[in-house]
Amino acid sequence: MEPSFLRKYVFSVDHKTIAKQYMITGLLMAVLGGYLAYVFRVQLAWPGESVPGFGPVGENVYNALVTMHGTIMIFWVAMPILLAAFGNFLIPLMIGTDDMAFPRLNMVSYWTFLVSSLLLVASFMVPGGAAAMGWTFYPPLSARAEFTGVIWGGHLWILAVALEFASMLMGGINFLTTVVNRRAPGLTMFRLPLMIWMLISASVLFMFSVGPLIAGAFMLLLDRTVGTGFFMPEAGGDPLLFQHLFWFFGHPEVYVILLPGLGVVTEVLPVSSRKTIFGYRAMVYSTIVAGLLSFVVWAHHQFISGINPNLALPFSITTILISVPFAVFLFCCIATLWRGSIRFTTAMLFSIAVIAEFLLGGVTGIVNGSAAADIYMHDTYFVVAHFHYTLFPAVILAMFGGIYHWFPKMFGRMMNEGLGLAHFGLTIVFFNLTFLPQFALGFHGHHRRIANPESFDWLADMQGLNVLSTIGSIGLLLAQILFVINFFHSMFAGKKAGRNPWQATTLEWVTPSPPGHGNFEETPVVYRGPYVYSPPDSEKDWRPQHLPAGLEGTETVP
Amino acid sequence: MLSWLPENVSSYGSDMDSLLRLILYIVGVWFVLAEVVLIGFLVVYRKKPGKRAAWVPGSNLKQLSWVLLPCVVILGLDLAIEAAGAPVWHTIKQTLPDPDLTVRVSGKQFAWDFTHPGEDGQLDTDDDIKSEFDLYVPVDSVVQFELVSEDVIHSFWLPHLRLKQDVVPGRSIKGWFEVTKEGIYPIACAELCGIGHTKMGARLHVQSLEEHRIWVQSQEPLDEFWEE
Repeated sequence: MEPSFLRKYVFSVDHKTIAKQYMITGLLMAVLGGYLAYVFRVQLAWPGESVPGFGPVGENVYNALVTMHGTIMIFWVAMPILLAAFGNFLIPLMIGTDDMAFPRLNMVSYWTFLVSSLLLVASFMVPGGAAAMGWTFYPPLSARAEFTGVIWGGHLWILAVALEFASMLMGGINFLTTVVNRRAPGLTMFRLPLMIWMLISASVLFMFSVGPLIAGAFMLLLDRTVGTGFFMPEAGGDPLLFQHLFWFFGHPEVYVILLPGLGVVTEVLPVSSRKTIFGYRAMVYSTIVAGLLSFVVWAHHQFISGINPNLALPFSITTILISVPFAVFLFCCIATLWRGSIRFTTAMLFSIAVIAEFLLGGVTGIVNGSAAADIYMHDTYFVVAHFHYTLFPAVILAMFGGIYHWFPKMFGRMMNEGLGLAHFGLTIVFFNLTFLPQFALGFHGHHRRIANPESFDWLADMQGLNVLSTIGSIGLLLAQILFVINFFHSMFAGKKAGRNPWQATTLEWVTPSPPGHGNFEETPVVYRGPYVYSPPDSEKDWRPQHLPAGLEGTETVP
Repeated sequence: MLSWLPENVSSYGSDMDSLLRLILYIVGVWFVLAEVVLIGFLVVYRKKPGKRAAWVPGSNLKQLSWVLLPCVVILGLDLAIEAAGAPVWHTIKQTLPDPDLTVRVSGKQFAWDFTHPGEDGQLDTDDDIKSEFDLYVPVDSVVQFELVSEDVIHSFWLPHLRLKQDVVPGRSIKGWFEVTKEGIYPIACAELCGIGHTKMGARLHVQSLEEHRIWVQSQEPLDEFWEE
């Protein structure tokens, strides 16, 4: 029986529809997050001027803008798109099953997420405005309304974040259960596509790290509403306690949103270079090592926060050690290209850019990770530039790579490669124009979260770089119009895609494009690892996971 | 990059700058190397007619050593960076040399209050000198500071001294600096502290010993100053 419209598109339990719901919601939130960035970048370049399309930026408005930009981009863009949308869409398809283990829980997860999004957006409209305590929400600033003048904005922020976490927890439980229990026959753990490894690693990291933060957020809510003093020194509390709880979650969280992005890269590279991934197991193990290390580095956010200075060196060492597993991972990606036959599709360009740009984010992390150097760099624009060079590639560039790559499977049509190329070029140029100057600003000592650089004389001679960065950010936002046009135009009028337009080996490409409810016409059986491209014993340059040996030549499913 | 640093005027600032230089050289070389290899591969191994990709799964140690050996070098360099950074951290944050002058710095929304000792050289006596926005210290002298906050977290940030330390309510955090050049240097708050965060600045006045002595003598004692 055909499900009703409401059941099919709104209250759907189909993982593919839920994935699209997450993706559209996430993209809409990205528009909002980008708009906020535009407003505060204009304020920073030309302080005090009325911002076109917004108006003058007051000081508390500025604090709310940066707080909400950070919050939205991490929790309402990176997590729903990279983890929830890609995870929901790809996990059942890549492991050869018909849906998630708990389809209804999946639906509840999305609707919880939507409610959390609405709550967060609503916080802009309450008296006092949206939260203005920074996305890290440090008490005592966040613990008493009188410190910022924000009352309901702060309550709603905590509530929205809590609901968003609940939603992602439901999703994560679903991902893990599904991957553990519903893999197609023959699909052992070490035959899983790396994207699946990344998604379940991210889910595990999230589940283990989120508890302390939820405790911290609840204590903070009590401090705000009923006047407890968990984080208030005059009531016997400690402000640093919240920082420990926050960053114990906060650092693994970075990898929660980083790993799925790297997963996209590991899927696109082999397909587009027609070459098997280099060091599959090394990549899996290095991901696990990086994940474990991420639980013992949190205090590197707190070197100068007033913690015991003797703690700095151990945390500095664990932090810098993380460069090793990530170096293994990135070098494996680069080695995959060696002696390949590289096709520069838009998806491939974005994936290469993830590596090329992430490298800069990675090496600049060493500067922050060194406790001594962090005395100078902490809370400067150097840090801002650093984390945008890690998260923009891993979240935004990887998201685009993933969308250009899987769009044919999602909607049954191809995206326009010419528009894609233009979108790619402009995005890369303007991204670098936005954030390269911020490294220089950081070296000059320009501290973060000030609404007006002209408050300080010593920053005056660097104001040109602020202007440059702002021009870059405006260009970066405008360039995304090309993507929006391409996305919606291709959805309805793009060239029809076959089942497997990229001649890829993993299971999602066995299904029709787009796959119907239930995905596979018959349950696939898996005979080999995920990236058999250009095997030495075959004329063909690819061998799908589901084809039995001896059936070479029948790869292209009609 | 280093030319963008503001002028260094503290005794430990040159060690900080050397450390930054060392890290930048190390990571700069690796960054350029990785990018050159990446872009080189993209050019050399682009799709060409009649040429197919090789089968290199990187599943044995022999192949993986191409990746693992550079990572061993990275591990060594990581530890070298830590070894170079540890003494700098130790000097700035883990030692407290005998002070020539002790001052109290109090952060509040949205100003810095400074308490200088009077002629007796002791804090918390009748002749303490209070000042909002201006901290006066003598050149080439070890200044110990005690950081307290009246409300939220602030961060005591002196870019020309390469010094930053959060100020946490409920705690008294000690640190030190020694300025090597006379002049007036900016002090800012580097931790978001509310509406007026952007304007929370102050000035550090570094005077010659003689000037500083005269300045101390010319100040009215605290009691008369505050009790109108």
